[in-house]
Amino acid sequence: MLKNRIIPCLDVKDGRVVKGINFVELKDAGDPVEQAKIYSDSGADEICFLDITASNENRETIIEIVRKTAKECFVPLTVGGGVRTIQNITDLLLAGADKVSINTAAVKNIDFVKEASKKFGSQCIVVAIDAKKVLDNKWEVFTHGGRNKTGIDAVEFARKVEENGAGEILLTSMDKDGTKSGYDIDLLKTITNSTNIPVIASGGVGTLDHLYDGIVKGGASAVLAASIFHYGEYKIKDAKEYLNSKNVSVRL
Amino acid sequence: MNVTIVDYQSGNISSVINSFTEVAKGKVNIEVTSDINKIRSCDKIILPGQGSFKSCVDSLNQIKGLVDTLKEFAIINKKPLLGICVGLQMFADIGYEEAETKGLGWISGKVSKIDNQQGKFKLPHIGWNEIEIQKKSKIFKDIKNKSHMYFVHSYEFIPKDKSVISATADYSSKKIVCAVEKDNLFGTQFHPEKSDKIGLKIIDNFLKL
Repeated sequence: MLKNRIIPCLDVKDGRVVKGINFVELKDAGDPVEQAKIYSDSGADEICFLDITASNENRETIIEIVRKTAKECFVPLTVGGGVRTIQNITDLLLAGADKVSINTAAVKNIDFVKEASKKFGSQCIVVAIDAKKVLDNKWEVFTHGGRNKTGIDAVEFARKVEENGAGEILLTSMDKDGTKSGYDIDLLKTITNSTNIPVIASGGVGTLDHLYDGIVKGGASAVLAASIFHYGEYKIKDAKEYLNSKNVSVRL
Repeated sequence: MNVTIVDYQSGNISSVINSFTEVAKGKVNIEVTSDINKIRSCDKIILPGQGSFKSCVDSLNQIKGLVDTLKEFAIINKKPLLGICVGLQMFADIGYEEAETKGLGWISGKVSKIDNQQGKFKLPHIGWNEIEIQKKSKIFKDIKNKSHMYFVHSYEFIPKDKSVISATADYSSKKIVCAVEKDNLFGTQFHPEKSDKIGLKIIDNFLKL
């Protein structure tokens, strides 16, 4: 049977790994290539790079990191942050990324998702949705790392990206991100029930129980986390053994 | 030994190149090309494939003489060829992704969408799944039954002759064909190039044939 994936995410700024608390206060914590290799050696099911400066700065840095990482890690590599054009995608895929994650550009123009999935195949197009709760059981899509409100309903948008060929949704709760208080399970459940493509849960992991909740209560196909792995609180192996002990199937 | 990865603009083949290069290091010469003269004279071929069945078949057909060269290599001269993902699917007679499209017709069968049980199962089938080995295959040397491989696809190859099936994977209501072997023809629906050390072992097995 298909296993639930555990995906460590490395936020990269200026070629270095950082993890922001609510996207502000950044801590420098290492070389991305080395980190990715450690994760893949320790059983990560996939590696995710999020280039958090890509919107304004030179993209060459991340491409070079992807190129180096892809030569050493033989598990899927997803790269997001500032992916706006077909050329951006081509550059990342040629450098060795297996999937790209599109965020703001998908909100601005859904045809971009359609065009990208037609050109490269749905298998490599992930749409990252940053959602914030606005009312009970109602979430809105935000862009630019949670700074800009869009007025778009998250559930409707999730359905729309599926219709337009996205292969996966990377769903981040902006309310939970950086809080270590667990995923927004209601949001997750609502989106996984409204779509037929895999959803990756993101934002808020503080304990291994949160990973369990994301999969079992939220219905996520994969769970993404950054800081709990990054600062060594838990190893990927700990997470997998824990989930396995609670009868959640993982790749051991 | 010279091994060719066929570059026919079938989408992203960087990972295939990286992993084969890693395994081949210092032992085997890997060439990435669409030059039919080079393809004709090499020892082994890797036929990757990403995107839709139709777009891959269309891309193959756009390179003059490529389909005939591949056929001569694999079917007439019976030299080893490994198809990965849509590369495997194209062995079929026909595929139904995007539009009904004629395949290479090397292994009789069709490629159709995985039945997702009215949305009960997510598609694409993305992630790590266990392979259940159905028969001895040269590329599975030292690969344990139920090893995990990385998958990403929504369509499956259904061969007419079930004896070509070398491994299946459990998804949705049935067992999906995830590897075939017929004489010198090998194919994997999963991505050995993305399946960690165990995937690299499959690549190594193929290179050592």
